Amino acid sequence: MRVGFLHSLIRKEEKLLLAELAKPGGVEVVMLDDRKMIFDLKSGPDVDVVLERCINHSRALHGLRLLESLGIRCVNSYRVADVCGDKLLTSLALEEIGVAQPEVRVAFTEASALEALDDVGYPAVLKPAVGSWGRLLSKVNDRDAAESILEHKTILGSYHHSIFYIQQYVEKHGRDIRSFVVGDECIAAIYRDSAHWITNTARGAQASNCPVTEELAAISLAAARAVGGGILAVDLFETPDGLLVNEVNYTMEFRNSIDTTGVNIPGRMVEHLLGLGP
Amino acid sequence: MVECPVCGAEVDLAADAVVGELMECPDCGTELEVLEVDPPTLGEAPETEEDWGQ
Repeated sequence: MRVGFLHSLIRKEEKLLLAELAKPGGVEVVMLDDRKMIFDLKSGPDVDVVLERCINHSRALHGLRLLESLGIRCVNSYRVADVCGDKLLTSLALEEIGVAQPEVRVAFTEASALEALDDVGYPAVLKPAVGSWGRLLSKVNDRDAAESILEHKTILGSYHHSIFYIQQYVEKHGRDIRSFVVGDECIAAIYRDSAHWITNTARGAQASNCPVTEELAAISLAAARAVGGGILAVDLFETPDGLLVNEVNYTMEFRNSIDTTGVNIPGRMVEHLLGLGP
Repeated sequence: MVECPVCGAEVDLAADAVVGELMECPDCGTELEVLEVDPPTLGEAPETEEDWGQ
């Protein structure tokens, strides 16, 4: 089986995946560096399947579309990348099949965004629809802050920053959950603890093992199904009324979660990939 | 051994290093990228871009 490994920089995650792919099993890895690839819309690499591990969302998205147009199966698919890469599309996908999530409002102007923030109530969270690692998230504590942040976004930001994605602020008492879904199974989960309201491990949150309960597995699988399925990391909030899905990530990062959970996450990813067959 | 392009320290490249791999210079702490493995060449890793990460 020939596996195309779509990548740019090789982080710890990619190194671990390459080590798994190098194990005996008849796999030939074809490295596809997105910084060097040129697409002519007609021909592509001679591979049976592509594992997408780009660090840039925009390159992953377009690369996957180009490869799929040639009939190459990709993990994850273009559709999954498209939905997960845009918080608005993720929320819509979750809503369409009834997966619990925090209240969301979307608005396109300063005035309507202010009205939406008033409606959701303060504090609220303002996020770029496309973005990651917790960048440019704003916890809007009151109306004064809302007016200021919206004005800054409108005047200083590109047009992307005037698609206002507003989320109800969920008090998470210092932690959230990231679960890992591979195919039809929720294989592991971690708590992410931080004194900061943003709990990305890329921002310094500490990971610890989170037991995969029936409730956690069910909502994680439902969220994965909503966005199209595959290999996904689901971020969740714990609330008195149950779990809420915050975001779903399609090029999941797991370096802090292998020792923490005792699950060979890259091994399970590769097993899933090879199980798809040529 | 290969030279860190920032501080000039001698850096060990792992036997299984691959092009594009990120590593840190043990002397100056700069994040480096493996540009070539044969002969081994290191460059400064690119700055974080707006659409990086998950």
